[in-house]
Amino acid sequence: MVTHAADRPRDSRPAAGDRAATDRRLGYLLVAPVVILLLAVTALPLISNVWNSLHSDNLSLAGQPHKFLGVSNYSTMFTSPLWTAALERTLAFTVITVIFDMVVALALALMLNRKFRGRGVLRAAILVPWAVPTVVSATLWKTMFDPRAGFVDYFLGAVHPAWSSLTWLNASVWRSWVVIFTADSWKNIPFVAIILLAGLQVIPNEIYEAARVDGASAWQTFRRLTLPMLKPALMVALIFRTLQALLVFDIIYIMTGGGPGNSTETLSFLNFYTFINNTDFGLGGAISVMLVVLALIVSWGYVRVFRTST
Amino acid sequence: MRRRLGREALFYLGVAVVIVVALFPFYWVLRTSLESNAQVSAGVGGANGIVPSHLSGSAFVNVFTQQNFLRPLINSVIVALGATLVTIFVATFAGYALARLRIRGAAAILGFILLAGFFPVLAMIGPLFLLFKNLGILDNVYPLIIVYLVYTLPIATWLLRNFFEQVPIELEEAAQVDGATRLTALRRVVVPVAIPAVFTAGILCFILAWNDFTFAVSFLYTFPHFTAPLAIVTFGQSQFQVFYSLIDAAVVIVSIPIAALVLFAQRRIVTGLTAGSFR
Repeated sequence: MVTHAADRPRDSRPAAGDRAATDRRLGYLLVAPVVILLLAVTALPLISNVWNSLHSDNLSLAGQPHKFLGVSNYSTMFTSPLWTAALERTLAFTVITVIFDMVVALALALMLNRKFRGRGVLRAAILVPWAVPTVVSATLWKTMFDPRAGFVDYFLGAVHPAWSSLTWLNASVWRSWVVIFTADSWKNIPFVAIILLAGLQVIPNEIYEAARVDGASAWQTFRRLTLPMLKPALMVALIFRTLQALLVFDIIYIMTGGGPGNSTETLSFLNFYTFINNTDFGLGGAISVMLVVLALIVSWGYVRVFRTST
Repeated sequence: MRRRLGREALFYLGVAVVIVVALFPFYWVLRTSLESNAQVSAGVGGANGIVPSHLSGSAFVNVFTQQNFLRPLINSVIVALGATLVTIFVATFAGYALARLRIRGAAAILGFILLAGFFPVLAMIGPLFLLFKNLGILDNVYPLIIVYLVYTLPIATWLLRNFFEQVPIELEEAAQVDGATRLTALRRVVVPVAIPAVFTAGILCFILAWNDFTFAVSFLYTFPHFTAPLAIVTFGQSQFQVFYSLIDAAVVIVSIPIAALVLFAQRRIVTGLTAGSFR
């Protein structure tokens, strides 16, 4: 720095400060595109949703003025049996999915954290379900559960003859959910496991050795050492997985299209349907705003819980 | 000793179960894609077991000749590569700036980027639909390149920012002492070092953009403009009967580039995914 200043005697200000200022200006210039682009695809739609949600804005009622409605779109949403049913369903799906996936992912992460021959194979094998498109995971399970193309019914038929040609999707509500849940967990557990694995890997080995010297059992070590030290990773994984489950859409659209009836429609599905099929941008806006609010509440809640517990 | 051996066996059994559960579905789809329609509708059983009695590649031919699957595949490549290139270009500079150039509010900016990564994408489709409609660019794949940045920018920026924080600062200082400006030093010294990290970010971005379904189904309406995932869904819906061998052939085709990326870069992907998830 000093030599640099000496190189440029004509500068009136000290060169170090000068450079810091230039650096900062360059810095803003380099960061600006990311911030602007992200604002354009998130904040702008959010503001626009808030605005639309306060107005009547339905493209299929063309010619009608976009008049101000106040909160009437929100009251329509909250009193709509479709919306309340979708909310309940989404919450139930989220709770079950998150609990199941976290437990399985933790087991997988512990497995991957051990050094053994074939670890690379295991890692590659679980990465594939994460990496393929949802269309692929949905179609894989759709094929396997199909009465003709799949094998599930074939094996079930061996157990009980009446089960040999069960239609899973779009026939019975709970069977549809079983397939959706299976395909969704199959695809999303790996990512959670990878996050938890990264958390496990930063736990220093010495701690485990100390615990072993002290005669702690495997369960005690897990309970008292691994879990507490895994907290930051658990929080990230929980936030990530919960938001994903809460906003589940693709897999349901592809597997059941919301059916049978409306029985597998989730909040995100309803949001899509209101916008794209009904072209109701007022009501859709209200649903979108609720999605964002829900996502914020959940993330904030997790951060609070994990902060106070550490 | 016996107990330990038993435990080891149980562990490897667990590993084997996981691998089978993860990969068997792909085998099943590959198997189905190689069957004829008659074989598929005959169901499993008899000679048509886990390994079918006889294989044919006609579904793979039909998916291109009858269904014109090449078109959506090309569209997918265009948007996924486009989004990846834009992301890499923008995120590399931003990541560098956030790591090195003491910007005021860097923490807040990073926080915002993270938050954007968790933004519910379904909450974007309504306003973007209206915007694209007004601009006359609905049913057009190119705008998706910008939309997909919501998937790719947050993770790429964080990943590259964390990477640049680890690059020894002496490297650049040496260049600057030699009279290079910030930007020259960035181009000559920092970017070459960053290539592996940029590559990792690029792979992740490509996977994330390639896999989108939500935006494609919201903004694209006619077949020539579909991306591959959207096209696969319409294959199933256009007939009264579902032709699984055809759909599954398309599924196999879409999965191949992704499977190749995973096999070729699994280590990178794992480090990339976890970089910046917590610190």
